[in-house]
Amino acid sequence: MNITPDSIILWEWEFLHINATIAFTWGVMALLVGGSWLITRHLTSVAEIPRWQNLLEVIVTGMRNQIREVSHQEPGLYLPFVGTLFLFIVSANLLTIVPGFIAPTGSLSTTTALAISVFVAVPLFGIAHEGLGSYLKHYIQPTPLMLPFNIIGELSRTIALAVRLYGNIMSGSIIIGILLSLTPFFFPVVMQLLGLITGTIQAYIFAILSMVYIASATAAQQTKSDKTRQT
Amino acid sequence: MDSLSLIAMVSIITAGLTMAIGSIGPAFGEARAVAQALNAIAQQPDEAGTITRTLFVGLAMIESTAIYCFVMAMILIFANPFWDYAITAAGS
Repeated sequence: MNITPDSIILWEWEFLHINATIAFTWGVMALLVGGSWLITRHLTSVAEIPRWQNLLEVIVTGMRNQIREVSHQEPGLYLPFVGTLFLFIVSANLLTIVPGFIAPTGSLSTTTALAISVFVAVPLFGIAHEGLGSYLKHYIQPTPLMLPFNIIGELSRTIALAVRLYGNIMSGSIIIGILLSLTPFFFPVVMQLLGLITGTIQAYIFAILSMVYIASATAAQQTKSDKTRQT
Repeated sequence: MDSLSLIAMVSIITAGLTMAIGSIGPAFGEARAVAQALNAIAQQPDEAGTITRTLFVGLAMIESTAIYCFVMAMILIFANPFWDYAITAAGS
């Protein structure tokens, strides 16, 4: 049994190995980009908007509202990053209902890449928001003694972000694989449904947590007392 | 008993123990969190949206400890580095 789609090699040529993770990641990306391009070709603002434009507007408006509620800031700057994370993870998780599709989020490399991009984005947003010196001052709050713990917290929450998503998606596919050999047909279908719920919630949580981390780096100075560094 | 079966035995027993002990704590934690959230929703139904969102984020935090245990158990059973090392050492 494979615990990661990295070990499924679809195509190889000399040093070039295309495994299932890479292939399905590009598939999801192509679907998202192509779908958005197709829908946004004919944007209108008349009273009766097309069905698919309505769908996109609902999604984008929902994401903007969530970001505004979580960060108490205007979502415009954060929507591209957090929204892309959410859309990629949720479509990768939900496409598992397509037979033959293996969720690329079930591989530790994909989730680590996503977590590292959050790890890089947090200081970037923080520095862009309040300047380098003021951002670095966060690390010696409340006392300089906390410097190593703040750095460890920064690293460990990145690892936690990666392993949480990976573990949830991987556990779903492993449980389905085990159940298929024990009680075929009915219980695997139920677990697959549970996997869809878990996948949606995990995508939501990944986006919300990265938004919380970015918000804690860009928060205004007067609220620095309630910035608990979550791991 | 040779080292190969010893490694296999210890890995399997430890994987079972990891899941058993590692799921107790998160189970209690999630039960408390959900019970408190239900209380809060029953008292303030208007705030159900905020409470539910915070509940989900908190549940994911609590659940990740159980997920770490699960990942460790899976590594012990399916991708055990000591087992691989012993297999290659026995083969050569």
